[in-house]
Amino acid sequence: MSTELPLIGDYSTPTSELSGARIGVVTFPGTLDDRDAARAVRAAGAEAVPLWHADTELQDVDAVVIPGGFSYGDYLRAGAISRFAPMMSKIVDAANSEAKLPVLGICNGFQILTESHLLPGSMIKNDHLKFLCRDQLLRVENNQTAWTNGYEAGQEITIVLKNQDGQYVADEKTLDMLEAENRVAFSYVGWNPNGSRRSIAGISNAAGNVVGLMPHPEHAIEAGFGPDHRGTDGLTFFTSVLTHLVGGKK
Amino acid sequence: MPRIVVDVMLKPEILDPQGKAIAGALPRLGFTSFEAVRQGKRFELTVNGEVTEEILAQAREAAETLLSNPVIEDVVNVEVVED
Repeated sequence: MSTELPLIGDYSTPTSELSGARIGVVTFPGTLDDRDAARAVRAAGAEAVPLWHADTELQDVDAVVIPGGFSYGDYLRAGAISRFAPMMSKIVDAANSEAKLPVLGICNGFQILTESHLLPGSMIKNDHLKFLCRDQLLRVENNQTAWTNGYEAGQEITIVLKNQDGQYVADEKTLDMLEAENRVAFSYVGWNPNGSRRSIAGISNAAGNVVGLMPHPEHAIEAGFGPDHRGTDGLTFFTSVLTHLVGGKK
Repeated sequence: MPRIVVDVMLKPEILDPQGKAIAGALPRLGFTSFEAVRQGKRFELTVNGEVTEEILAQAREAAETLLSNPVIEDVVNVEVVED
């Protein structure tokens, strides 16, 4: 296996504590972005641990990424069948436990988290009905979560958005609650690309350990490959969780 | 074999982009009498043998837990269809 050298960022700071972090990346039938997510985990300085949907062992991981794709072909509803995978039961329990396992759901992973009721609301088809793939400008609304603490509040970042079922919906009461409790993690800036309620791109649970968003931070971690061939705005997700794990900012 | 039919619709307050697109296509084919279209899902659960109250109750539970997402959808009908 070839060695991956991080091409960007200051890697002089991660301490020996960080190098021991193990971050699980779940693969379901139809997952597409597990390899990119694992690569992002490694670029941030942690060890990526593959987790298979049908297994029941969390393998002592310190955090979990549920990557994007089309698990079970989006049959029934996006994420609806994956939600009942044995590995998901373990992840839901661990996320709700005292230990509050950090969990990041990206795109289809976000849909799985809403179907699992770890996050409120749901996703329906984009209001324009088209699959969309573009570099998307987002605003970091909450930098107090396990996955966003490395960003500045209000910081604008550009990462890839690619989906067909990306329209975030929830009832007005839930939307008010999310805003009142500062649980909107990311908002779309400028054009709302899918009709999401209140331009919501990502949210967190009350404790801040579970975050889900439609756009893809794992595709923006390495110079030369991210948005505009240079964007690396997504890497901070994966370094934030390491900071969180060693007891830095929340 | 009898089947239990489950119909699921998006909640009325949830915009249905697919239904809207269909509503837009209808007039192009000359169907001009329809104000709006909502698209739903129909499931057919085949039962080997008699549909007991217990089996029907299971179907209702499956409809609420897996076949629909209560956040965005309503189960609008659960009925037994004999062949």
